[in-house]
Amino acid sequence: MFSTLRPGLSHCCSSASQAFSVAHDKLRRLRVASAGPVVSGGGGGGVVPVTTKFSSVSSLRREYPSPRRTANRSGAGTCASPTVSRRKRRALIVLAYCFRSVSVICINCFRLWPPPRISTSTALIHWKALVQSGCGSVKLQTQRKSSSSNSQGSGVSAETCSSGGSSSSSRQGARTWEESEALRKARREQQLVSKRLLRDDAPEEADGGCVAPILGETEIQQFLRLSQRGTEEKERERALVTLRRGLQHPETQQTFIGLEGSMRTLVGLLTSNQALLQLEAARCLHELSHSEQSVVAEACLPATSYLLTYVSGHSSDLIELCLYTLGNLIVESEAVRRQLLPQGIVPALAACIQSPHLTVLEALGYALSQLLQAKEAPEKIIPSVLGSTLPQHMLQLLQPGPKLNPGVAVEFAWCLHYIICSQVNNALLITHGALSTLGLLLLDLAGAVQRSEDAGLELLVCPVLRCLSNLLTEAVVEAVGGQMQLRDERVVAALFILLQFFLQKQPSLLPEGLWLLNNLTANSPIFCTSLLSLDLIEPLLQLLPVSNVVSVLVLTVLCNVAEKGPAYCQHLWPGPLLPSLLETLAFSDTEVVGQSLELLQLLFLYRPEAAQDFLQQSGLQALERHEEEAQLQDRVHALQQTALHG
Amino acid sequence: MQLPPALHARLSAGPAATEPLPVQRDPAAGAAPFRFAARRVRFPREHEFFEDGDVQRHLYLQDVLTQVAGPPERPRVPEFTCQVAGCCQVFDVLEAYEHHYHALHRNVCSFCKRAFPSGHLLDTHILEWHDSLFQILAERQDMYQCLVEGCTEKFKTSKDRKDHLVRRHLYPADFRFDKPKKSSGCGHRSPSTSRSPGPPAALQELAGALGEGSLPLEGEDMEVCSEHTAPPAEPRGERRTHGHRIPSTICFGQGAARGFKSTKKRNKQQ
Repeated sequence: MFSTLRPGLSHCCSSASQAFSVAHDKLRRLRVASAGPVVSGGGGGGVVPVTTKFSSVSSLRREYPSPRRTANRSGAGTCASPTVSRRKRRALIVLAYCFRSVSVICINCFRLWPPPRISTSTALIHWKALVQSGCGSVKLQTQRKSSSSNSQGSGVSAETCSSGGSSSSSRQGARTWEESEALRKARREQQLVSKRLLRDDAPEEADGGCVAPILGETEIQQFLRLSQRGTEEKERERALVTLRRGLQHPETQQTFIGLEGSMRTLVGLLTSNQALLQLEAARCLHELSHSEQSVVAEACLPATSYLLTYVSGHSSDLIELCLYTLGNLIVESEAVRRQLLPQGIVPALAACIQSPHLTVLEALGYALSQLLQAKEAPEKIIPSVLGSTLPQHMLQLLQPGPKLNPGVAVEFAWCLHYIICSQVNNALLITHGALSTLGLLLLDLAGAVQRSEDAGLELLVCPVLRCLSNLLTEAVVEAVGGQMQLRDERVVAALFILLQFFLQKQPSLLPEGLWLLNNLTANSPIFCTSLLSLDLIEPLLQLLPVSNVVSVLVLTVLCNVAEKGPAYCQHLWPGPLLPSLLETLAFSDTEVVGQSLELLQLLFLYRPEAAQDFLQQSGLQALERHEEEAQLQDRVHALQQTALHG
Repeated sequence: MQLPPALHARLSAGPAATEPLPVQRDPAAGAAPFRFAARRVRFPREHEFFEDGDVQRHLYLQDVLTQVAGPPERPRVPEFTCQVAGCCQVFDVLEAYEHHYHALHRNVCSFCKRAFPSGHLLDTHILEWHDSLFQILAERQDMYQCLVEGCTEKFKTSKDRKDHLVRRHLYPADFRFDKPKKSSGCGHRSPSTSRSPGPPAALQELAGALGEGSLPLEGEDMEVCSEHTAPPAEPRGERRTHGHRIPSTICFGQGAARGFKSTKKRNKQQ
């Protein structure tokens, strides 16, 4: 099911070209030209919804990469415009409506909706999902006159898709997109590392009016000396504050670590008995730890034993700073972690997690998540974390209720995810009640979505979904009759509410939600029955147009239901399922079509009347177009036989 | 995506599991050339499936996305002074007072007024410095406990412990919270508190590193280093605050000299 998906190439060039000319004529007559969002292959300033260039795949569709896919990519790859202006969008909608009889092909992923079954709503869902996704959207561009009236609609060239969306209206969207692309690349190279910077005196600096200056060697020495030996308390604080501000600059940081004895002095100030000097020294260390240059961050190593000592202390401000600093240092390199682990970071964190301060807890979650993300974590770190009292406390902090703090919960949910997906000892977590806690948390999150208190909720929902999905694969859960099982039907209801939320806010997370649905329904008659009794088949089908990955997952879930036998298939037909399947048969992606064929087989087997209906709705023609496809041939023929001969 | 209206109501209702429909499989299902089999799927951490969610997570960490919870508010309150006797620091923000209290008054040894970063270190200090029974027992068994929380090893001498800290726990050799108590009295646990009558020799040893607190303290040092137990003649208020440690009225012998000690001068450096 999750095998490599091939990129689709539309087989429908010919029908597209026909559609093109038809549409072009209609357009000329109707003169629906707005901002001309879409290109006409025939040129002439017309506006046509049909554009196709068999080019890059939008980043919304995270297909599993295959060598062919990379080769197929023309241009730089993904469609880049963060937002499509409203005017263009409206024009799109109008056109889609007008040209219902025309083939509509999305220029992003060449999803094709063939006549006469083009459903504007499915097309719209698809476009809407793309447009609202932060990472990719339909990039549209006019092209006045296309010199080549290439009926394959090469009007939209790959350049439009890849020319970068920086000229868009939303700068935030562009920035997010660029950053996320950089992060994707880093992740693929297994270099995905982020640090956090706690800088909470912005108002002061704003008042100061000027940007902190870069400090030179003598200035740094001067400030250090003043902080150490100044006679006036205020003077010493001021000196250290100035030094700290200067350390916001990489140049100052470099100078600082180059000075002999500077770190020693800083550590001395950190361990002094002057409360405010302590804090400022900790802030200086924090600035240094956040540096992107390893040499600067590693200069903080002599201070780690003290940072850990203070983490076991009581001052929440200082503890928070120390934890964020440690978290930044942890991701720096394995060498740092090789020092921190014997220094007792895990017991220190285990003691600190009982703190009542939310800021401390969030910082602790951050530091722990950095520790658990390390490459060597499954062997060296996770066993000792599991051996401590940390898991129980983490689960306690994730319990839903009025005391649940979103910032804290996000961090610990991610910690739990890193532990669970490393598969070191998930059975232990299950005995601590992880399944029921996470299940209840899911219900709580769905409730929050219902009440529209959902700001930033996807950050918490994502790791919870992942944890649940991975935990469900554990053997101890499979044991029949175990009370570890999740049986509450409300989980399914909650999941669908969250899927709807994803569709609106973050469509790229839909596959993860559907993954959980698969794991819930795969071996569970209870949840399959819930899907049927709660009337959720139709909403599920509405997700089919979003992307190929999502389509495959939706079809898989439906197969999970159908394979349970005639009692289940009775509820699947008659109904909206068969028409949707006929639509998916027109998709170009082999995996999607393959899964549709599997579902059809199950449907025909347990509900023979569906086969008749299928024939009446020109199902055979739909099958025919795949007869030549190597991966599909056998199944196509088998189905044709079944449909014709029962 | 249109959800059935009953769904929202279902969420608020109680937990229930509907009676499942009967399962009845035909062996022909999933038979070749078909291959579907319902199964749960797990993904390991580095799988591409997680890419989008991971990217979102890191965007959040890098503050590109909006924070889940905003930074905490720090409201100002009317000015007040620290209630600990002898400390006249003034505050107008509660968190600043909290930090001050924890740094300077929380883990303070009631005998020698040294402040420690954590309760664990304070307990170890009191045990090793102010408990004469400890000295006796230390001659017979390993009593010096490792300073790292979670490590239960004990050692015969503080030097052995220090070696252990350096070798096993990669601590710095000059860890400031592990100054041994030398019989000539040149050493103290905490770098200094401004109230601590630290021996000048030790202060000088640290002066290079810390430099602070050394000048004003020299004048007030009247404690003789060779005393192993610090005679505790702190003022009443002090005792009340730190009285849960060994009360000053209990003396374990060893010639505790009780006299008038130079107590805390109002030290402006606080």
